[in-house]
Amino acid sequence: MSIRLENLTVGYDRHPAVHHVSGEFATSSFTAIVGPNGGGKSTMLKALVGFLRPMSGYIDFGGITQQQIAYLPQQSEVDRSFPLSVMDVVLLGHWGKTGAFSPVSRAQYDSAMSALEKTGMAAFAERPISALSTGQWQRVLFARLLVQDAKLLLLDEPFAAMDGRTTHDLMHVLQDMQAEGRTVIAVMHDLPLVREHFPHSLMLARELVGWGATHDVLCDENLAKAAHIASHWVEHAAECEMVS
Amino acid sequence: MIESFFMDPALKRALVSALLVSVSGAPLGVLLVLRRMSLMGDVIAHAILPGTAAGFILAGLSMPIMGLGGLIAGLLVATVAGIATRFTAIREDASLATFYLLAVAVGILMLSLHGSAEDLEDILFGDAEAVDNELLVIMAAVSSFTIFMLAVIFRPLVVESFDPQFMKSVGGRGGVYHILFMLLVVLNMVEGYRTLGTLMASGLMLIPAVAAQFWTRRLAVLIGVAAVTGVFASIAGIFLAHNVQIPSGPAIVLILGLIYIVSALFGKHGSVRSRYFPGRHLKA
Repeated sequence: MSIRLENLTVGYDRHPAVHHVSGEFATSSFTAIVGPNGGGKSTMLKALVGFLRPMSGYIDFGGITQQQIAYLPQQSEVDRSFPLSVMDVVLLGHWGKTGAFSPVSRAQYDSAMSALEKTGMAAFAERPISALSTGQWQRVLFARLLVQDAKLLLLDEPFAAMDGRTTHDLMHVLQDMQAEGRTVIAVMHDLPLVREHFPHSLMLARELVGWGATHDVLCDENLAKAAHIASHWVEHAAECEMVS
Repeated sequence: MIESFFMDPALKRALVSALLVSVSGAPLGVLLVLRRMSLMGDVIAHAILPGTAAGFILAGLSMPIMGLGGLIAGLLVATVAGIATRFTAIREDASLATFYLLAVAVGILMLSLHGSAEDLEDILFGDAEAVDNELLVIMAAVSSFTIFMLAVIFRPLVVESFDPQFMKSVGGRGGVYHILFMLLVVLNMVEGYRTLGTLMASGLMLIPAVAAQFWTRRLAVLIGVAAVTGVFASIAGIFLAHNVQIPSGPAIVLILGLIYIVSALFGKHGSVRSRYFPGRHLKA
């Protein structure tokens, strides 16, 4: 049930942002995707969630269906002025079961409430989402993630702009989910945080720089290599000759 | 004066037509405003004009045929505007403003070449008392259909409006609901063209929704406040139009304008009062 990338190339307008990457995310692993800006981290996540089709190569999900994948994009992509309550948003996590039309059951409401308790937002259930701070909003989105009950969690910089306390609490939520057998993949910028909490890392600078135990991947040599690749990116590349 | 409401059948029909437009228009308007598509609504409203004008030229003052023309033109412009904003580099609002000016110009040109000044005025500004029983039945059907459809697609529509990425990530077909929604908007604009006139067909949809935003931040309440506002303005506007002998469209829109001004000055959220005279702050 691991997720395998086979010679994966993904990008936009023929420009690959992720170039010929192969490897495997083990079931119930906890992996950070790191690398320079423009290195294809978010692009790889979008390929995993199914927003982008591979240009070549493929992803073997090992039996995980789209309904079992939960995706948390980067900050600020949601219209938070929308007049919805915190509970409304968390209940959306049940979409896989309720779909567009079925009513929400009492049990589903209760599970949404207990998710809010786990992220420390139970007292805010009836508040409008426009009244929340950035950190509180992220806690609400994590509660929705809990409710989604997914087997594969894809998070794009989940701790960017979060303070220490929020990061600490939400990291625990993620670790609990991993302990239940779920696979967690998160794009991360904060390398000390990665070293502290993520057993596995994948370093991406369009090409794969390293993938394995965090201690081995985040070595000086790899970091220098990624920085070197990033400083030599060209806009008008020739066609790639590599056969996929 | 009040008793003429019960005695005069044309006035009764005018009133019912305005009530129908305001009740089904309210939820559509709220969603349009929340999706930042007010201008799009306006464009569609104006796009109806050349369609109704074509219907008028072909079949005279036949309301169903003029309505059908308006429907075709509305759908056409909604589609073309959608394509133009997606595939050209110009910003959406600029393309939309261009489309709506063109639509009005073409419509007025057609009408002034083929109709009298009176026809032109009726079509542009509305003549609610000209609504006949046949049209009233069609309007009632459109309003019922709109409210039924909205009840069915409400959840996916709201999710698609507020968090399209989530919708996509759980495999929801956001685009389908968006198209259904736009279809309902066009239908309701056409429904209102006789009562409000093509120039102001979006009035009972948009202004109540905008005014309601000053009073509440809850979606369900927002729709309720918008509907009540629309109903009130319809009654007052039809009454005003009848007694002062002015077209019904501007009469209703003027009443809506008054409600908007009062809301913007004294409302609970984001109004002049709440911004500049908020009262003493609460405990931290």
